[in-house]
Amino acid sequence: MSKLSGAEIFIESLKREQVEVIFGYPGGKNIPIYNLLYDEPIKHILVRHEQAAAHAADGYARSTGKVGVCLATSGPGATNLVTGLATAYMDSVPVVAFTGQVDTKSIGKDAFQEADIRGITMPITKHNYLVTDIKDLARTIKEAFYIARTGRPGPVLIDMPVDVLADRLEFEYPEEVDLPGYRPNLPFNGQGLDKAAAEINKAERPVIFAGGGVISSGAAEVLRDLARKAKIPVTTSLMGLGAYPIDDELSLGMPGMHGSKYANYALCEADLLIGVGVRFDDRVTGRLDAFAPKAKIIHVDIDKAEINKNVDTFISLTGDARDVLSQLLPLVEEIERKEWLAQIAEWKREYPLTYKDDDPAIKPQAVVEELNNLSEGKAIIVTEVGQHQMWAAQYYNYSYPRNFITSGGLGTMGFGLPAAVGAQVGRPGELVVDISGDGSFQMNLQELATISEYNLPVKIVIINNGTLGMVRQWQELLHEKRYSSTILKNPDFVKLAAAFDIKAIRIEEKDELRAKLKEAIDYDGPVLIDVRVAWEENVWPMVPPGAGNHEMIGGE
Amino acid sequence: MSSKRILSVTVANKPGVLSRITGLFSRRNFNINSLNVGETDNPEYSRMTIVVDANDRTLDQIKSQLDKLIEVIKITELDRSDIVDRDLALIRVSSSRNQRSEIIQIVDTFRAKIVDLSTDTIMIEATGTSSKIEALIEILKDFGIIDIVRTGIIALNRGVVE
Repeated sequence: MSKLSGAEIFIESLKREQVEVIFGYPGGKNIPIYNLLYDEPIKHILVRHEQAAAHAADGYARSTGKVGVCLATSGPGATNLVTGLATAYMDSVPVVAFTGQVDTKSIGKDAFQEADIRGITMPITKHNYLVTDIKDLARTIKEAFYIARTGRPGPVLIDMPVDVLADRLEFEYPEEVDLPGYRPNLPFNGQGLDKAAAEINKAERPVIFAGGGVISSGAAEVLRDLARKAKIPVTTSLMGLGAYPIDDELSLGMPGMHGSKYANYALCEADLLIGVGVRFDDRVTGRLDAFAPKAKIIHVDIDKAEINKNVDTFISLTGDARDVLSQLLPLVEEIERKEWLAQIAEWKREYPLTYKDDDPAIKPQAVVEELNNLSEGKAIIVTEVGQHQMWAAQYYNYSYPRNFITSGGLGTMGFGLPAAVGAQVGRPGELVVDISGDGSFQMNLQELATISEYNLPVKIVIINNGTLGMVRQWQELLHEKRYSSTILKNPDFVKLAAAFDIKAIRIEEKDELRAKLKEAIDYDGPVLIDVRVAWEENVWPMVPPGAGNHEMIGGE
Repeated sequence: MSSKRILSVTVANKPGVLSRITGLFSRRNFNINSLNVGETDNPEYSRMTIVVDANDRTLDQIKSQLDKLIEVIKITELDRSDIVDRDLALIRVSSSRNQRSEIIQIVDTFRAKIVDLSTDTIMIEATGTSSKIEALIEILKDFGIIDIVRTGIIALNRGVVE
């Protein structure tokens, strides 16, 4: 058997893992890999900043369910991945990141472009490696992909010194991984199942609270069967949007800080809360002692460490959501729960998610509603972070898993544009819309170059209120309208797009909103849409920070 | 109620494991009282004895979070009533010639050892439970303690073969 270089082993290993695309950026210490990528053994997308490589791999993974792969050089290339890895880690997204590193003899000597990326990324990766011997390279790659996609998914980083990439060895890809400290695929042992079913069957006012775990485990279908069989209303976290069809009569939409009133009321009155693949984030619970105060909590999660982390659990079912729900389904009884569903229907009638169209300027919510109408709720919506993200969560009717891609846990501004690159690469025939804010957009706008170069038909809708809207909203409500550093002098986004050779449309009048959005969506290629909206519009309803969910304000 | 709990943690003997574990404790805001690492009979694994100050719920979290680390193989909480636990201390005290015999008497009472002598100092090696070592240190304070180094607790279950 002939010997392969470390770089060749890298390529061959990625092929074994069925990697279709690498999002990356070259540099001094990953040149051996780029030398091979020149012959295109695997598709490579050249981003314009390593942070974007990590977000694109993340967006690819979220939209396809496959492992996303990104590649950077040592030092600054590697540290630029950090925000992207932290984003993926908080939202449990399977990403494998590869970094070049200075040669093994120079490690620790403060060599040019040296950074201890393994040390730096320890708290923001599921696991990470520094490969110092070519003998470990193939096995490490095998392990990294296995760790990233199994159990509770997450990012894994492999740091590869340049001499390891140049060294030569016979290639052998291991069939199996041997990780005695990692047992992610234990089948659900049924512990707590009967007790949980009994609680569900005797509950009068149960609510299911479904999160990102439902989507990553592919449990949306069985969740639907369970909810409909036992007539249990479903509220979905930001990460869970798409896990349950939003226009279903049992759907409560999103709960929490900017959730629907009816979802929060249902949580306040519920006598049983069934959390599935959720981690009871503070943006959902509000003040903990006021969260679901009348409810016993059943918590289904693949990660044992999530049980009792934030809320006290009455029954825990530790296992994969699809596995657990499938076993629970035959045990729950068909119950009408007429009174409870009537109460929920009344709340939905009385407190709908709504806004006042009382301004001469376009309301941002109307932009999202119009996008929903034009795309019939079928687009892949990617967002940045801030007010527009909440409006995108509130006013688009998500019905399909993996169609809403947002930085939920870390709340990373600048995530959306590169994540949209990843989503569009992963699902080439589909409509990908990055709903952006004018602030967030400017955090990674260099990716317009990537979009232009590969002619990715992403539609970038900038909800442009000329402010860092979410912070401005807090300043308005909590700091006497002292708009400190939140009013922006923005570039001309239409001219900016032109510089990148991207079609751009500006929308300023209400009566042109629909037609111009349609023009953008129908266009075969990328479009930037700069929508000027009412600048002081707020996200309602809102649970003020530190308050309980029953204390939400606004949104009448 | 929070109290001192002892975890015996078997980990892969690989570079970076210690920093992974201590990093987890600081990131999750858990307190380590002491931590001790040494190889086991199998050179692929090390055993850490970690003493933490935690209530039941926090201890559960610590165990679950530790268990998520790929290089953590096994975690056992040691029941304090059923273990052998030891702490080792080296203590240097100042000692004039006429204080020596008194110090030697104290050292004998605690079944400790004199391991070094100079004209005006004595170094004592003491092994035992933490409370015994603390009692010894308390008494030696009268003579003037110059240096102390302690291993922190190491412990194993009685009888049970792991």
